[in-house]
Amino acid sequence: MITIDALTKRYGGYTAVDDISFTARPGRVTGFLGPNGAGKSTTMRIVVGLTPPSAGRATIAGRRFADLPNPGLQVGVLLDASAQHAGRTGREILTIAQRTMGLPAGRVRDMLDLVSLTGAEAERRVANYSLGMRQRLGIAVALIGDPEVLVLDEPANGLDPAGIRWMRDLLRGYADRGGTVLLSSHLLHEIEVIADDIVVIGNGRIVSQGTKTELLQAAGTVVRAADLDGLARALSGAGCTVSRSADGAIRTDADPVRIGELALRAGIALTELRPADGAGLEEMFLQLTAETQREGAAA
Amino acid sequence: MTAVHTEFAVPESRTARHPVTAPVPLARVLQVELRKMFDTRSGFWLMASIGITELLATAAVILFAPDRDLTYSNFGAAIGAPMAVILPIVAILSVTSEWSQRSGLTTFTLVPQRGRVIGAKAIASVLVAVVSMLLAFAIGAIGNLVGTAIRGTTVVWDISFAQGLCIVLANVLGLLTGFMLGVLIRNSAGAIVGYFVYSFVLPPLLAVLAASQQWFEDLRGWVDVNYAQGALFNVTPSGEQWAQIGVTGLCWLIIPLLVGLRLVMRSEVK
Repeated sequence: MITIDALTKRYGGYTAVDDISFTARPGRVTGFLGPNGAGKSTTMRIVVGLTPPSAGRATIAGRRFADLPNPGLQVGVLLDASAQHAGRTGREILTIAQRTMGLPAGRVRDMLDLVSLTGAEAERRVANYSLGMRQRLGIAVALIGDPEVLVLDEPANGLDPAGIRWMRDLLRGYADRGGTVLLSSHLLHEIEVIADDIVVIGNGRIVSQGTKTELLQAAGTVVRAADLDGLARALSGAGCTVSRSADGAIRTDADPVRIGELALRAGIALTELRPADGAGLEEMFLQLTAETQREGAAA
Repeated sequence: MTAVHTEFAVPESRTARHPVTAPVPLARVLQVELRKMFDTRSGFWLMASIGITELLATAAVILFAPDRDLTYSNFGAAIGAPMAVILPIVAILSVTSEWSQRSGLTTFTLVPQRGRVIGAKAIASVLVAVVSMLLAFAIGAIGNLVGTAIRGTTVVWDISFAQGLCIVLANVLGLLTGFMLGVLIRNSAGAIVGYFVYSFVLPPLLAVLAASQQWFEDLRGWVDVNYAQGALFNVTPSGEQWAQIGVTGLCWLIIPLLVGLRLVMRSEVK
């Protein structure tokens, strides 16, 4: 379990992380979602003790990371797959981790198999690895100590679609066996398909958090009708929010039952009525982070 | 949510599999840090260059030195010259590569006690220096025997055991100077340039200053660290020279090293 409590990080006058609190629970994948520069990586570096916080604290199973005696056995960390000595082979990087943690040498072979790096690939120097191979190696280093907690910063970067599928299944299985996973991404879709809980961060502040189901419900309803203008009038007349999308649909915060009643009363035939789900979550993500995103106005 | 709660029990059994009482012992960190000095192509050849330059220097003395200069101390001096360059670079890169190559992200998450990692690197570097110097003395001795046999001159053993120790100490101090710059600057190119300025650019400038200014000439042993440590290479240093080695070492090595360590402890690893 990762507990983040009123964490703040300031660089001079700039506040990178602004008083954030959340918990990543065992048995669940917690997605840490935000645009570039939102403070995700800074938060994760603070969690693993590489960056000192300005205020607040981050603990893993109740202890500060620096107080864990052999942290590799408790927390698997992948912050940047390219942050390895380019002159080392993949196998050597795993061997260093295995030796540092005091694990049996066979773990190196096991991990290479787990992340599907072949023997020949493992003998190559990391300078010659593709980003996808580096991510696989990074996952292997994170998992070699069989930790209860995983902290992964943008782990799907550089993976091909099959690789992303593999990573998703791996992390799902890991969480289902009781592990805690905190993973960040700036891509909503990645988070949406794997996370159980979602924390959305923008400009260093948490703008929304909850289970994926809750956030999807909050995303609202999509409705279409032949008489779109009439429907929009009926909905806004009843105090519901109305936003028209380019493809001729209305998104509203009202639930489907209420929309059905309003449409019946107005005598408008609906052609489509469904929860907004993924598309809505994306809309919400763009809205929530609108002020903080570089392309904020366009969203 | 109930389904989730039943899963809470699992991590505890996972924790139980790893007794979490044993921290990473220093000996293991030391072993890993030594390994990391050899396990890249550049690291391996840097280490190999120690032996290679020792052999080349020995061969050069045999080939080019006049007969009367075929003495053990001349072999030692010739071998010492490349050591004064290579050993500090070994120490510098062992520290700075964690930042320049960014492997520190992994190193310092596996062992968050940064002092322990830096300490292991210091011990590993000193071990490399001592072994290199022992190898240098052995190669020099063989060169001395072979060279005099080829030329038909008498074998001269003119380095006492105490002198030998002083030479090892001088090289270890040189290596630690590199180590200090590595910790202080934490950038490979910057620290190596720093070392060259410190050891090869400053000394001749200070020598010029001493030649023209009497007050500096009188003071030099107490402020010029290279000059003070130079005593280790000549004869066995006097009490005053030991004091000068101590004072200059404190100001130019220990204090900047402590400043660098403090920066390493508090800085962000990115």
